[in-house]
Amino acid sequence: MRIKQLLIGMTASVIAVSSYVEMAIADLKFPMLVYRTGAYAPNGIPNADGFVDYYKMINARDGGIGGEKILHPECETGYKTQVGVECYEKNKKDAMVFQPMSTGITYQLIPKATADGVTIYSTGYGRTSAANGKVFKWVFNAPVTYWDGASIAVRHILKQNFGNIKGKKIALVYHNSAYGKEPIRTLETLSKKHGFKLMLLPVDHPGQEQKATWLKIRKARPDNVLMWGWGVMNQVAIKSAASIKFPMDKFIGIWWSGSENDVLPAGQGAHGYKSLTFNAPGTNYQVHADIKKFVHDKGEASGDGSHFGTVLYNRGLFQAMVQVEAATVAQKIHGTSKITPAMYRDGFENINLSAKRLEELGFKDFAPPFKITCENHGGSGLAAVQQWDAKAKKWNMITEYMYGDSSVVQKLIAEDSSKYAAEQKIAERCG
Amino acid sequence: MSVELLNFIETVLNGLMSGVMYSLVALGFVLIFKASGVFNFAQGVFALFAALTLVGYQTGQVPFAHLINELFGTNYHNWYASMPNFLAILLTMVTMIALAWIIERLVLKHLVNQDPIILFMATIGLAFALEGVGDLMWGSDVKVLDVGIPSGGSIWLEEATIGLAAEGSDYYGMYVDVLNIWATVIAVILVVSLALFSQYTKTGRALRAVADDHQAALSVGISLRSIWILVWAISGFIAMVAGIMWGTESGVQFSLSLIALKALPVLILGGFTSIPGAIIGGLMIGVGEKLAEIYIGGYFETGALENWFAYVMALVFLLFRPQGLFGDKIIERV
Repeated sequence: MRIKQLLIGMTASVIAVSSYVEMAIADLKFPMLVYRTGAYAPNGIPNADGFVDYYKMINARDGGIGGEKILHPECETGYKTQVGVECYEKNKKDAMVFQPMSTGITYQLIPKATADGVTIYSTGYGRTSAANGKVFKWVFNAPVTYWDGASIAVRHILKQNFGNIKGKKIALVYHNSAYGKEPIRTLETLSKKHGFKLMLLPVDHPGQEQKATWLKIRKARPDNVLMWGWGVMNQVAIKSAASIKFPMDKFIGIWWSGSENDVLPAGQGAHGYKSLTFNAPGTNYQVHADIKKFVHDKGEASGDGSHFGTVLYNRGLFQAMVQVEAATVAQKIHGTSKITPAMYRDGFENINLSAKRLEELGFKDFAPPFKITCENHGGSGLAAVQQWDAKAKKWNMITEYMYGDSSVVQKLIAEDSSKYAAEQKIAERCG
Repeated sequence: MSVELLNFIETVLNGLMSGVMYSLVALGFVLIFKASGVFNFAQGVFALFAALTLVGYQTGQVPFAHLINELFGTNYHNWYASMPNFLAILLTMVTMIALAWIIERLVLKHLVNQDPIILFMATIGLAFALEGVGDLMWGSDVKVLDVGIPSGGSIWLEEATIGLAAEGSDYYGMYVDVLNIWATVIAVILVVSLALFSQYTKTGRALRAVADDHQAALSVGISLRSIWILVWAISGFIAMVAGIMWGTESGVQFSLSLIALKALPVLILGGFTSIPGAIIGGLMIGVGEKLAEIYIGGYFETGALENWFAYVMALVFLLFRPQGLFGDKIIERV
């Protein structure tokens, strides 16, 4: 009996102590919706590792943000929308920001987070028209949107064709989901503007079998192929393109179709494949040196540390850095380190990641500078083209960061966000 | 010949080749179902596990390295730089046999005489458990699998067919991936070997006896447990072949387990108990879905028929022939 009582007592003490410890360090809660399991885990893991390593580095190097430690509980979504929503509901209390890491989940969370007063940050994914801060007060998708991406890809094709793509054929191979469908509207508008023929080729989840899609491409012989893929879909598409001998330098993926995972299985066949990007790969940045010193060398790396410096790991670093910067800005604005979710949102809306600030944060030349304002939650809209060198097994940036076609993109954003505002009865803000 | 006709033939050819890939997965299901009446939901995960293990052996990866390093603060990743393909395949086969033995000891042995639905549920559990073990053992990165099987469009076929089109037409030959041709050759060898094994060896005859009637087989002294281990080991071997083919095509990653979903319509068409049925069903599904995607896909706004059309075919088939083309007719006597 005594032993039983002792065990109960000990268990209760452990729970009490751990709750106290959690409360003590849970000053700034940044819940993470991750997918470390399932079909999309090979992409989800390096990205999540980037986030975790950055948060750990900030906690170790700076003692947190303004002295407040970052708590980053993980919730596994498996890239499933339903589970993502459950994760949000479970973790939303006192949460500063959610990074859904899925366009499907983002669409579901926008109305919920808006009602709950929680910031949603969908870095270069999610609902494009959320870039209109006048309507989407709680949602941010900087530094660049899918519609920017579509128009930057077309701009690159235009440059290669000396400004004339009239009569050319461009195919879009896309993940048959909210994510993959996102650029269609922009590409349709651009096809009218520039006179190219658009061919739409959806691929169902997960995209393991695409033979018919690539037979269609072989028959139709488009001049360029764009891809909005994710997971195994990317690998199979790149391998299939190489197999039908589609010129790889005419094949351009969005930034989620341009990681090492996507090209390595195709071997030499992937040589020359291009993708857009808004962050650099590699480890030659101060932030990497700091992570190595304060996290990896202490045996604290997230996972086995093998993704250090890969495209998706670096993107995770970038995403985490923006989220941390928002908290720093919020603390400055409100003059307190103990910020609330509403204060945090204010910080997000006043982010100014200038070249100087990026350098201070250890991200010099890592990504283009950008600024968020009340009206513009979409950032700079800049992306560059990178190309895969299969022999050296590395990505090379082959263009400067460039803007999309703002005359098309801004009009579409205004249309779509106004429609959303009318549906949800949202009054536009920002004076 | 007109280009349209040549394109049609090309689509059918590619459909047949894809069908063979589906049949490779379906064969494993059929073998186990025939011998033990178990619908092995874990067959897709078997293929994934076999492919992961093969790459692990090839590259000298330390199994459970992440777990070991986490627990003991070590930094082990690789035993050696590489292993010859032949040896790696052989070791993977041994691993799959060991896996069959473990499954029999830990799961099947305890579920003898249970309802088929219980056994089916057990295989669902097995699928998730094995996926988790695979993740812990080998990690979830995308892995490149290369056992020396060539891939890419067949240049020979392209050159041989380029002249078939009418003069002046814009045609540059027929396309078939060499990997798929190899898959076809391997599938034929596999089916012939299985047929010879079951017809002309003592163990093969025992296997057929168990498939026909468990009780009768037991009464003549056939060990049900050894037959089950054997069947699960053979289906593990088939899973390895399927894993190699699919893994070579897309890289080895966890979505590979979803290829099992491609085998379901094949089984509905071909029947759950027929090896020729698995082959014919696979070919029909392969051709059907490719023709649907290319010739009627354009009429659907959503497109992407390739993935779900197989299930439409299976549903239609269920209405008219529930036991499949070659399956045994289910007769319940009262």
